[in-house]
Amino acid sequence: MSEQQTENPLRDAIAEAIRDNQVILFMKGTPEMPACGFSMRTVQALQATGAPFAAVDILPDPRIRQELSALSNWPTIPQLFVGGEFLGGCDIVTEMYESGELHEALGVEPPAGADPGPGETADPGSAPLGIENRLG
Amino acid sequence: MPTTDEIKQRIESAIPDATAEVEDWTGGGDHFRATVVSPAFAGLSRIQQHKLVMDVFAGEIGGSIHAFSVKTQTP
Repeated sequence: MSEQQTENPLRDAIAEAIRDNQVILFMKGTPEMPACGFSMRTVQALQATGAPFAAVDILPDPRIRQELSALSNWPTIPQLFVGGEFLGGCDIVTEMYESGELHEALGVEPPAGADPGPGETADPGSAPLGIENRLG
Repeated sequence: MPTTDEIKQRIESAIPDATAEVEDWTGGGDHFRATVVSPAFAGLSRIQQHKLVMDVFAGEIGGSIHAFSVKTQTP
């Protein structure tokens, strides 16, 4: 079969977003205005590393959350993906931040002389998910 | 709506030799925080460890349990 069946375009769009963005956070609300304390803590940990990340607000459409959880096999929001792999939710990301593992996973230098890093992010193209590219 | 005791018992009966401490975070009966210690976590990734605990409540998280925070440890 040469033709890929897109019975589930939303799930495909989510999978593509995860593939195309080195660091992508699915959250409630936006990094500027998180709509939940767990999403807020995760954003704060990410921002503290200085690594750029993309963010998707799952609230506008409940199907985003359904499809995301079906893909990741993880029931709660937020969900952080790095290099196409599910890294964890709020508890895991916070623990990893505190131990310095998050810096390592994101490929940034742990605190000390924190360098903001170069400002390059991926294309602003993709429409259906409203992905925001953030510079840390 | 589950109580902290009920959540503790369900975790302890589902995961081998687990001891769990469960707090109701907001007092509202739907935001829980569980600290679970079990030898069953040995050798598992953090995601797998948390998943073991969350799977006990599959289907309830996001429903009657709004938020569920997990911390896992091996004894």
